[in-house]
Amino acid sequence: MDIVVRNLCKRYGNFQAIDNVSFSVPGGQLVALLGPSGSGKSTILRAIAGLESPDSGTVELVGEDATNLPTQRRGVGFVFQHFALFRHMTVRQNIAFGLEIQKLPKDEIRERVDELLNLVQLNAFAERYPLQLSGGQRQRVALARALAPKPRVLLLDEPFGALDSKVREELRIWLRRLHDESHVTSLFVTHDQQEAFEVCDQVVVLNKGRIEQVGPPQELYEHPASPFVTEFLGQVNILRPETILGMDLDDERPLPVPIPGSSTGTIYVRPHDLEICRSRGDSPGWPAMIRRLTPLGWLARVELTLPDGTGVHVQITQANSRELGLVSGMEVYVRPRDLKFFEQTTEDAAAVNYVI
Amino acid sequence: MKPPKPATAPEMTWPQRFLIAAVLAWFGLLIFGPAVALVRRALAPGIGAFLTKLTEPDALESLWLTAKITVAVTIANTVFGIGMALVLVRQRFWGRRLTDGVLDLPFAVSPVIAGLMLIILYGPRSTLGSRLQAIGFPIVYHLPGMILAGLFVTLPLVVRSVAPILEEVGSDQEDVASTLGADWWTTFRRITLPTIRWGVAYGAALVVARSLGEFGALLVVSGNIIGRTQTATLYVHDQVESFEPHGAYVMSVVLAGVSFFMLITLEIIRNRSHDKEYASEEQADAAKTSRGKIRPTRRH
Repeated sequence: MDIVVRNLCKRYGNFQAIDNVSFSVPGGQLVALLGPSGSGKSTILRAIAGLESPDSGTVELVGEDATNLPTQRRGVGFVFQHFALFRHMTVRQNIAFGLEIQKLPKDEIRERVDELLNLVQLNAFAERYPLQLSGGQRQRVALARALAPKPRVLLLDEPFGALDSKVREELRIWLRRLHDESHVTSLFVTHDQQEAFEVCDQVVVLNKGRIEQVGPPQELYEHPASPFVTEFLGQVNILRPETILGMDLDDERPLPVPIPGSSTGTIYVRPHDLEICRSRGDSPGWPAMIRRLTPLGWLARVELTLPDGTGVHVQITQANSRELGLVSGMEVYVRPRDLKFFEQTTEDAAAVNYVI
Repeated sequence: MKPPKPATAPEMTWPQRFLIAAVLAWFGLLIFGPAVALVRRALAPGIGAFLTKLTEPDALESLWLTAKITVAVTIANTVFGIGMALVLVRQRFWGRRLTDGVLDLPFAVSPVIAGLMLIILYGPRSTLGSRLQAIGFPIVYHLPGMILAGLFVTLPLVVRSVAPILEEVGSDQEDVASTLGADWWTTFRRITLPTIRWGVAYGAALVVARSLGEFGALLVVSGNIIGRTQTATLYVHDQVESFEPHGAYVMSVVLAGVSFFMLITLEIIRNRSHDKEYASEEQADAAKTSRGKIRPTRRH
């Protein structure tokens, strides 16, 4: 375990930024801290770097207790959302900064900087100043600068948050490849679920300063442990049990998850876990009316209304939609292939009936 | 992105021309006209007379005293100003907002009142002043008092030039430096100081200009003893009072000239440095308009 965080707490006035957080990152892995803004993910990252002092709890880096170590001696590489490049230094000087602090011999620094320029494919830009670079190039410089002194762990705070979507996508793939080559243990803060899924081996989902669930991305998606994780990862329809009670699917093909009759829980169904049929005969389901049909390239988004007025949204392929001959206003039947049921908690009461 | 160049833009409209003319006329009326008049008067009796007047012992003494005060005040308030800006922007402590607000007091009160406050605290009849005098360190009517007066009136200049830059840049660069192993002093020397250097230079230049020109506070605190506590501006005042206007003109030209050339030099050096750091023209323009021109502004 290269990063071990135990019982970390941090409070700002009345606001509990981190609430008893414990997790660990195995050596060589790329792990995401995923959560909405205000979930404490950046604060955790800063606490690991020593830029923030936690109220209680410990931080261990590569087997060494680093809780009381100053930032300078933790040996972490840190990449900020807004790059934080030294504007008055060239790309080369930026990358060399950490090596100069270590007082390495000049030619050794030169060699290492060249190596990193190569790695981030910016050899041609070595003598430029940060403001002469594009956003993506700047973030690559920031990454090279963080990696130059061979840090024990790499911490990335929303590194692609300030870039436009196309560059962001390229950099994700590039970062993943870089990590596969260098194997430096990395912790990656993001609020973008897709980014976390695309880049990371493991995801730690945070909400209100607490850990909701930890696991590999696909497992979190398929087996969310809480309503929050279900709602936060991908799109989901939220239904009350009474909405669909009485609207029986046939007995041979019952609901994938049995719902207790008197329950006050919440049902979650992903848009792609619903199928649409024209008539009750061929595949029974809940009666619904198509309110709106939006073709989105190869997918189509179908917005439906259940008999009690609850809105549901379904994703099917455009081919499927054409085959069924769907048009808005049509009466159809909807059948869930999979759904999640969670016992009602007071917190989520407001979310019921809200269609994402 | 680039602002149109008014001088060559063919599509200039009449309202634009009128505005430009109005600005130039205003500038000429308020700054250029009086400056030219002063220089012409000072040089009217010839360059020889100008130099003779300037090298009279009283004039030289007063200039020398002004130089001493200016150097001391500029060094002290530049160092203090940087420190104060760092504390006000980076630290959160009880009384920060109050300190921030009171910092502008020297701008708000008349320098004469500043001088008066110093006399009350350090004057020969005050407890503190008489004690200091007894141990051979008189303040008021001596150089230390005049330096104190200069420090007071120039206190906010460097802070107000530096603080907005610190605020805009944030502490990310400094945080990165510390993760790369740099200690506090290295971070300050290699990251913070280069970042704020133009704010510091501009603030310091304003301090120099203000110290050269300070009159009210010095008049009260110095006692205006010719050859001992008479600064260049007090000399100008004395010359006018004693019906010797030529001496006043000569000294005024020297004082205004020094300030003028200092500001011009600063501007040239800054543009050079910008060309280096922002080599693409568009970015240079953007950088200049967004933060090139740094003024001491109030923070909220």
